[in-house]
Amino acid sequence: MKKTRALALIAMAGLLGTAALAQKTAVQSIEEYRAMLQDGNPADLFEAKGEDLWKQKRGPKNASLEQCDLGKGPGVVKGVFVELPRFFADTQRVQDMESRLLTCMETLQGFSAAEIAKTPFGRGEQNNVTALATWISAQSKGMKFNLPQGHEQERISYEVGKRLFFQRAGAHDFSCASCHGQDNTRIRLQDLPNLIKNPGDGVGFAAWPAYRVSNGQMWTMQLRLNDCYRQQRFPYPGFGSDATIALGSYLGVNSQGSASAVPTIKR
Amino acid sequence: MQTRRETLKQSALVAGLMAATGLFPQYAHANFNKAAFDAKNMAEVMKALGAGAPVESKDVTLTAPDIAENGAVVPVGASTTLPNVKRLLFLVEKNPSVLVGVFNLTDSVEANVATRTKMGQSSDVFAVAILGDGKVLYAKKEVKVTLGGCGG
Amino acid sequence: MADPMRIRAQAAGDKTTVRVLMSHEMETGQRKDSAGKTIPAWHIQEVEAKHNGKSVMTAEWGGGVSKNPFLQFTVKGAKAGDKISITWKDNKGDTRTDEATVT
Repeated sequence: MKKTRALALIAMAGLLGTAALAQKTAVQSIEEYRAMLQDGNPADLFEAKGEDLWKQKRGPKNASLEQCDLGKGPGVVKGVFVELPRFFADTQRVQDMESRLLTCMETLQGFSAAEIAKTPFGRGEQNNVTALATWISAQSKGMKFNLPQGHEQERISYEVGKRLFFQRAGAHDFSCASCHGQDNTRIRLQDLPNLIKNPGDGVGFAAWPAYRVSNGQMWTMQLRLNDCYRQQRFPYPGFGSDATIALGSYLGVNSQGSASAVPTIKR
Repeated sequence: MQTRRETLKQSALVAGLMAATGLFPQYAHANFNKAAFDAKNMAEVMKALGAGAPVESKDVTLTAPDIAENGAVVPVGASTTLPNVKRLLFLVEKNPSVLVGVFNLTDSVEANVATRTKMGQSSDVFAVAILGDGKVLYAKKEVKVTLGGCGG
Repeated sequence: MADPMRIRAQAAGDKTTVRVLMSHEMETGQRKDSAGKTIPAWHIQEVEAKHNGKSVMTAEWGGGVSKNPFLQFTVKGAKAGDKISITWKDNKGDTRTDEATVT
């Protein structure tokens, strides 16, 4: 949107015959920088690892994840990312991609989901969950978000997520909405998407998992939410907790019809 | 499966063999030009590499963003259409280690390489081409960094 | 054993563009950990690119190259089916070689 307006301004300046060329704005320069990084996203390294892990026999049960049901049947990976979180009959709860991976890693491979959930990001099996999530989400690249809301629990998850989004708490009295509840805001040079409505293709929920160049880490939505809580000075949410899944439902349903750009590259 | 010690011994042995044959000059002096990477400015880098004084030239192109959102990853490209290019280098003036990398070219590759560098702060970035006749030509650009990329 | 590289080699006429992503921490040796201790330098020092077994380019890198390094270069006279191999060696003596076929 901003680029089109900027281009229009440049065109007008040209028409008026002014010698002064429209100067590149800082935001345009940042967009150029981001474009230069699109080809050769280190997320590819995590994707490759995730694909191997999906097929590898691992864990106490020495089994692969190839029978894991992520919402579209056992072993189906294409298209699942844009329909999560959703309700699963076998666990009788709404689950997002990461919590569903833990379910499969436990039931199929014999890992302890609770243990993995307690493991800090960047350690042990958490690294494998990140790699798997990167690969799985990449299989839906370009597809449009279409979270189901047919089951009552899916609708409840959305409503809970909405409440959590607007709930002000913590030492700074922040809510998610403090940063993500309006148009045209930014922190320094980073634009903040308005997540109360559909922020468009490849933005917000449609942009994570992402490779963050600032720390060279691959961040899934669980880690992104965890860090948002840290930034708001909230207590850390549990990994794959109902709260984080509910927020995922809210963000995902709001992104209905937008295309996933995942995995992306971010600062 | 080889143990790490065995692997290291083997690579040391292979490196030694390669050096002895003289067929692989790039590995001949258990490589890595430490002096060049410890140099504090462009002049020192060139001296460490045994190259002449650098001259700015429109025949060398440096591709780099105006602003790097994060200094940890700054895409840089160096290219030239001049013939007989032996090496392409990237330098970041204000980095603790000014020399980022040296690319040794053969006739089988174009004088056109790209990589990503760290930048600790806003600084001039240089793309340098060292030609077969000894000429050293460079292009430079100021790249602004909004968040320094060396701190972690 | 380090994670594998991602190598893409695409031919367009007489030129083949090779793009590589390497998995490596690339520690500069400048950083300090939370206890104030310097984190030792750990980075790729040498890179070699080969086309059908013949060395076409080498490189020497310092810690200034970004983590999970990206490298792009263009090979002349390669065609679909040819092999491109990339080898890196770091300052701890660790090494990794991966190969890709030109498409």
